[in-house]
Amino acid sequence: MTRNGILTILAVAVLGGCEREMRPPEVLPSSAARPRPIVRQTTLQPGRPLAQAEGRGPYDENAYSISQGQRLFSQYNCVGCHAHGGGGMGPALIDDTWIYGSEPQNIYATILEGRPNGMPSFGGHIPEQQAWQIVAYVRAMGRLVPKAAAPGRNDHLYSGESPQASGPGEELRQPAEHPR
Amino acid sequence: MSPKSVVIQAEPETPEADLLDEVHHRLEGAWRPEKGFIGWLSEVRHTAIAKRFIVTAFIFFALGGIEALLMRIQLSRPENGLLSPDLYNQLFTMHGTTMMFLFAVPIMEAVGLYLVPLMIGTRELAFPRLINYSYWIYLIGGLLLYSGFFLSMAPDAGWFSYVPLSGPEYSPGKRVDVWAQMITFTEVSGLATSVTLIVTIFKQRAPGMSLNRMPLFVWTQLITSLMVVFAMPAVMVSSSLLAMDRLIDTHFFNPGEGGDAILWQHLFWFFGHPEVYIIFLPATGFVSAIIVPFTRRPIFGYNAIVLSLVATSFIGFGLWVHHMFATGLPQLGQSFFTAASIMIAIPSGVQIFCWIATLWGGRIRFRTPMLFVLGFIAIFVAGGLTGVMLAAVPLDLQVHDTFFVVAHFHYVLIGGAVFPLIGAVYFWFPKMTGRMMSERAGKWSFWLLFAGFNLTFFPMYQLGLQGMPRRVYTYLGESGWTDLNRLATLGGLVLTAGVVVFILNALWSLRHGAIAGDNPWDADTLEWETSSPPPSYGFLYLPTVHGRHPLWMPRENQPVVVGLQDNRREVLVTHTLDAEPDHRDIVAGPSIWPFVLALVTGFTFITVIFTPWALPWGIVLAIIPLVCWFWPRSDMGRVILKEKA
Amino acid sequence: MNALAFLAGSGFAGRQSALNPAGPQAGRIEDLWWLMFWVCTAVFVLVMLFFIAGMVRGRRARKERGVEAPMSVEPGVERRMMRTIVAAVAATVITLFGLLVASVATGRSISPLRVPEDALTVKVIGHQWWWDFEYQHPEPYRIIRSPNELHIPVGQPVRILTTSADVIHSFWVPNLHGKLDLIPGRTADTWIQADRPGVYRGQCAEFCGHQHAHMGFLVIAEPPERFAAWWERQRQPAPEPATPLQQRGRQVFLSQACPLCHTIQGTDAGSRVGPDLTHLASRRTLAAGTLPNTRGHLGGWIADPQSTKPGNLMPPNPMKSEDLQALLAYLESLR
Repeated sequence: MTRNGILTILAVAVLGGCEREMRPPEVLPSSAARPRPIVRQTTLQPGRPLAQAEGRGPYDENAYSISQGQRLFSQYNCVGCHAHGGGGMGPALIDDTWIYGSEPQNIYATILEGRPNGMPSFGGHIPEQQAWQIVAYVRAMGRLVPKAAAPGRNDHLYSGESPQASGPGEELRQPAEHPR
Repeated sequence: MSPKSVVIQAEPETPEADLLDEVHHRLEGAWRPEKGFIGWLSEVRHTAIAKRFIVTAFIFFALGGIEALLMRIQLSRPENGLLSPDLYNQLFTMHGTTMMFLFAVPIMEAVGLYLVPLMIGTRELAFPRLINYSYWIYLIGGLLLYSGFFLSMAPDAGWFSYVPLSGPEYSPGKRVDVWAQMITFTEVSGLATSVTLIVTIFKQRAPGMSLNRMPLFVWTQLITSLMVVFAMPAVMVSSSLLAMDRLIDTHFFNPGEGGDAILWQHLFWFFGHPEVYIIFLPATGFVSAIIVPFTRRPIFGYNAIVLSLVATSFIGFGLWVHHMFATGLPQLGQSFFTAASIMIAIPSGVQIFCWIATLWGGRIRFRTPMLFVLGFIAIFVAGGLTGVMLAAVPLDLQVHDTFFVVAHFHYVLIGGAVFPLIGAVYFWFPKMTGRMMSERAGKWSFWLLFAGFNLTFFPMYQLGLQGMPRRVYTYLGESGWTDLNRLATLGGLVLTAGVVVFILNALWSLRHGAIAGDNPWDADTLEWETSSPPPSYGFLYLPTVHGRHPLWMPRENQPVVVGLQDNRREVLVTHTLDAEPDHRDIVAGPSIWPFVLALVTGFTFITVIFTPWALPWGIVLAIIPLVCWFWPRSDMGRVILKEKA
Repeated sequence: MNALAFLAGSGFAGRQSALNPAGPQAGRIEDLWWLMFWVCTAVFVLVMLFFIAGMVRGRRARKERGVEAPMSVEPGVERRMMRTIVAAVAATVITLFGLLVASVATGRSISPLRVPEDALTVKVIGHQWWWDFEYQHPEPYRIIRSPNELHIPVGQPVRILTTSADVIHSFWVPNLHGKLDLIPGRTADTWIQADRPGVYRGQCAEFCGHQHAHMGFLVIAEPPERFAAWWERQRQPAPEPATPLQQRGRQVFLSQACPLCHTIQGTDAGSRVGPDLTHLASRRTLAAGTLPNTRGHLGGWIADPQSTKPGNLMPPNPMKSEDLQALLAYLESLR
């Protein structure tokens, strides 16, 4: 990491502190006031390409929202198919391959609409704000959010079971007996 | 330095004015304050640095007080919508962190930095440039925390920052990292100051000031500094482990991977409990120093008090688990800590009894500094007794983490440390500035503070017993806690008024206070021998002492120290136990490198919040100012006057 | 004690107060409290008497002898003071030792080691910001979960096992016992017992995040027969909706976001992220002791939980008002 790199990170991270640290973040305006952007799954367009929709998710830089996305990713059982990003039945999310696009609105559309071959459609079942938080977390897994906002490690055990499988509060493993 | 080059001789009966003038002129030259902006940054004299510390610490005190006032207003009504839960959490975290790390410990050390050299009869501390560094690193740490506040990055997990709440999963973002790094700043600053004070007190006392003739104030500074050296590393370790968990995904505190959430509590409280004695013991030093001139007699039971101080400091390291009684640790272990926590009341009690005996046998002048000492005794005894209650595990299990504990520690911290501190300000303000503070405003400030304090915190005992937990941003109306909360908020306003009167008094007196002489209180210790304010070099000739109360028992032909060079910064180094002169030594003069090093290390610590690469790069960068700082020079103190032919 | 009766009570009208014990542990702790209170008050008064007497004496001495000539002490007075202080220190040591003995004795009398092995056991799992009480039973089909409301039989000891699903919380019912922290990765245990029937309020007592202030719960002590009946009812799945409105309500429930976090046994909703709603209408409070369980509060809570408990993990659920009414009708049927 060059000194310039450090300085840049410092400047961006510090000055961006306001948005990164807000919690809970601003509630999104209702969908009536916020029309969904057109999601294109190919770059091919007739004639001149129209201007790309905004490339930033509303919560991309908010650390609290990304952390909530991490929680929801487990609680809504995304880990059932995607594991913790490594994939399984579903594709991996920590690599650079995005079947349906990596822009926030693309991931949002994927979550809400569902996709062929097994991705459920969560539209109407989860609130939009939570969907955007999951979008932010998925992009964090793909290293597409600022490093300072990205979540740290979980406080749970990863190998084998997910927290969902064993229910909240049950010890996943007792590494050492804690005597009373 | 040749050990025999110092001569102790009697001061001439009628010193020639010219001779004294010449000595004064040369000393002034060697010890003069620096000019210009770079000079201001390079300043190393202990009086200048101590004044900076004191002013900065009081600014943090005011900020912490504003945070407390906001919290009290929020809690004056049930379901009050004034502050959001997030803001309230930040406020109580900032209040605790500011008061404990940025105000209480630095101010106690700062008063020591100013007074210890004067009280022990030397010209400067042992490591002046280290003190300079200590101030800058403290300031940068405080600025880090408060700029975080304005960027919505203030820590919000409590001043004690328990994991897993403060861990990477439940405290996203950089808030807790700011806290963890601020700890590093303040602890480095504290360690630097403590090391300096220990060495100065051990090695630079005036000839004849054996350990049993040392003022009790100096004893407390010595013992406190030793406690700092043993306690601060624990919190530095724990905050570093937390920073590592958050930044580079270690698992020290992650129970899911073999870590332990309780480890944090042990490490933190191993520091946290001695911390409160680090704050309290210097205040007992203030009390012992103030009570003597205002009762016109030596303190009763000097040896008992010294032994109590030492006992307190030792036992204080064996109490920490009483903060963890509710965590389900084994009963036998808990009983051990109950016994230790109860036992520490004994040395504290001995001190109280000795002070009361001093009053009993003295002739008391009820001036403002004395009022604060008397207020301290009343409040601290009450607070200490509730501490004995908290030491009992079953009772602690009911009142732990309730407002009962809040009341207890404010009684012992405000009553036990802030009251003596304010008394100390009234007492030593004339020495530091040359002007007296207004006595009338002083009495007003005392009564407002005393009444306001009790009105604020006494109801909280009852609130805790009635079930009100701590760190709640609001409470339900049907709880029945409204009336007592309202009373506490009212008391908070009175308390604030007292603080405001005190601060205004100090600011006004800087310009308009009555001129103070050398010794306006007719006190007994060496610092009152210098002018008010003292010259930059402290003493014209370093004194010697033959008893505990040098100014009250002056001897004919009391020797002074001659033979120190007066065209550069020299001090006399004496033996540790009995202060026999040993050799002369040069103390460092002004230097810009501590400031540069503070900038580099500060930058490193701050950038580590965002990337671990800052650490290796920062260490490499820090080599430059370190090399420049320690580059050997034969004339560390500047030589400014050539010897006349 | 009667003169100080005003100290008891308050705190939710005495239902969340350490000075209003309803069980043996809280009772013994309260005894210890009064012992320490009176002893410490006596010590304080005694010390203050000497203190004030010292001030008076010192003031008089200054008036009589002035402030000149410091350092003068009267050896006789000094010797007497020394003896007094030695006596005071001895008295202090004895008193403190007595308090230590009292403390240890009380601790032993309330120790969890005294609970019979086969006592009713409830596992307390702390969440941000609600409580999950899981009643243990050797036969797994009898295990029930009761969020935010802990029913116990009067007069019988109940073992409490504590753990946490996220951060450190603290289980505290002042009327019954002192607190015990819920620490993730560790299980600790304590026991409570209510000696008279009643409703007692508890509250989380370890800072756990945004809504620590609104993390309360109720402990309902009832006669053993009523307790057993309650347990049986809690074992049952949710009743089938009786009216068309309730049927529509169930439909609304299952099609909204609700099943992603909540369980209603007897339906497809089986998520364990949030509290179990199977017997929602049998509970007295909502949102972990924050709101009374009435139709109006429930409607407001569902529509926007963030206005009551900002920052808590339940999102707003805007829906058409007919849907909300149907949903409320259904939820009110879940006794």
